[in-house]
Amino acid sequence: MGQHPGDGRNCIRWPVTFELGILALIVTQVIALPIGVYSALRQNTWGDYLARTFAIFCIAVPSFWLATLVIVFPAIWWHYSPPLLLIPFNKDPIGNLKMFIIPAIILGMSGAGGNMRITRTMMLEVLRQDYIRTAWAKGLSERIVVMRHALKNALIPVVTLIGYQLPVIVGGAVIIEDIFGLPGLGRLLTDATESRDYPIVSAVVLITSIVIVVINLLIDLSYGYLDPRVHYE
Amino acid sequence: MAELTTETKKQSKLTELVKRMIMEQPLGTIGAMITLILLFTGIFARWLAPYGMNDPHPLSALQGPSFTFWLGTDNIGRDLLSRLIYGARISMIVGLTASLLSVTISVILGILSAYIGGAFDLIVQRFVDAVLSIPSLLLLMVVISLIGTGMWQVIFCLGISNGIGGSRMIRSLVIGIKSNLYVQAAVSVGAPTWKILIQHILPNIMAPIIIIFSMTVPSVILAEAGLSFLGFGIPPPAPSWGGMLSGSARKYMFKDPWMALWPGLALAIVVYGVNMFGDALRDLLDPRMRGGAGRYGTILKRRISKVTAKENPTE
Repeated sequence: MGQHPGDGRNCIRWPVTFELGILALIVTQVIALPIGVYSALRQNTWGDYLARTFAIFCIAVPSFWLATLVIVFPAIWWHYSPPLLLIPFNKDPIGNLKMFIIPAIILGMSGAGGNMRITRTMMLEVLRQDYIRTAWAKGLSERIVVMRHALKNALIPVVTLIGYQLPVIVGGAVIIEDIFGLPGLGRLLTDATESRDYPIVSAVVLITSIVIVVINLLIDLSYGYLDPRVHYE
Repeated sequence: MAELTTETKKQSKLTELVKRMIMEQPLGTIGAMITLILLFTGIFARWLAPYGMNDPHPLSALQGPSFTFWLGTDNIGRDLLSRLIYGARISMIVGLTASLLSVTISVILGILSAYIGGAFDLIVQRFVDAVLSIPSLLLLMVVISLIGTGMWQVIFCLGISNGIGGSRMIRSLVIGIKSNLYVQAAVSVGAPTWKILIQHILPNIMAPIIIIFSMTVPSVILAEAGLSFLGFGIPPPAPSWGGMLSGSARKYMFKDPWMALWPGLALAIVVYGVNMFGDALRDLLDPRMRGGAGRYGTILKRRISKVTAKENPTE
């Protein structure tokens, strides 16, 4: 096994985890934002209760169980199993996305629950503020009040939450890659930890921590764009 | 006499909390019931389980649910129901002890960091930053591979890593309380620091501590299951819910899908229940959530609007 952390294996593997993580983040936001906003706009209706139940479901169902079920039951019912070898994105983009989308949905769902709840809480808080009442009083349409006036102000904690969720997504990627057989950093880490290959382990932990710190910095900088009251000098 | 009155007061406070929980938080009550069932199953596992957790019945391996084996058997013929019941005990022990350790560390680190402040706070907070920037599962895997697998190792690691992260919240709470007049008054009359911390600051963050504890339990239970699933948690043949989904069991799931179904279902129900219970507790204990925000508030509002609508039918 590799003696040096930089023997080239990290470089081949990180795009898999990167793609999985980005797709999972997209899935998280695609699920969380619309449902969270809807839930806040229709507070205490059946739609709201349904959305909140779904959010708790996302939090409570462990991703490795969901992934196991996705592997086991289609195999029994339709004799379907996920492809064993990695399909590179530059050779077959659609096949590659097909391979990644199910793991990404499962990984993204675990974050979506928390995100949905934060979006709902923040929207509820913002929707009760004076300038929203002014916007309604001006006769603006619901779409503009929600999208332009409310959502942009409700988004700041949601963006902060993305920073907190990154380590969770990386941790989840370790499990998901293990189940779906994706050759990413997570698989490298489990293999290296099992064979006690500590240089590789420390390299993987270092790389992921650096990425997380850099993304958190970018998130901090993005407040300047999202909230005009924040200035960086 | 004075003792008696304070005791009855305390009791009435608890019963009042239970009453409010049932009245205002129906989902939280369900969550509390699930939590109680988990505790009951965990404590009385030995008497509840129909078979031993590792008793093999090779002749009836890989069976679906039947009258002899209510939830079926696994690949070496162990009763899945018995293993689930003993698994509840593991989840309960890990959940409670690791959360207790975690909250204790959070409180000590958070209070000291906020109260002492200055260079100490700066150093501690940069240390917390460093721990938070490493994905906790990666950190746990590495540490456990160094110190070995086992229940107490998992509890120790989960407690410490969660505790360091959670100290942030306690710190921000204490910073808010520190500037209160009564703390300054205590300092000015010459109260020793430990007395200020324990008598004046700790009681004021008790409600958030209970909330943080109840939020830590489900995440710790999930983390233990994830670690056991990867083979870095509680080693087989101990029936950890995460471990039951991993290892050799994975090969046999295609023949007997029940093996894949039950442990995850148990895990999901327990995490759901404890989460709902924690949410309800937060709504009840956090004074900012009182009035209108809970479901009870909306029901009350609807009743009031109905009554007013009846009184003024023209509106």
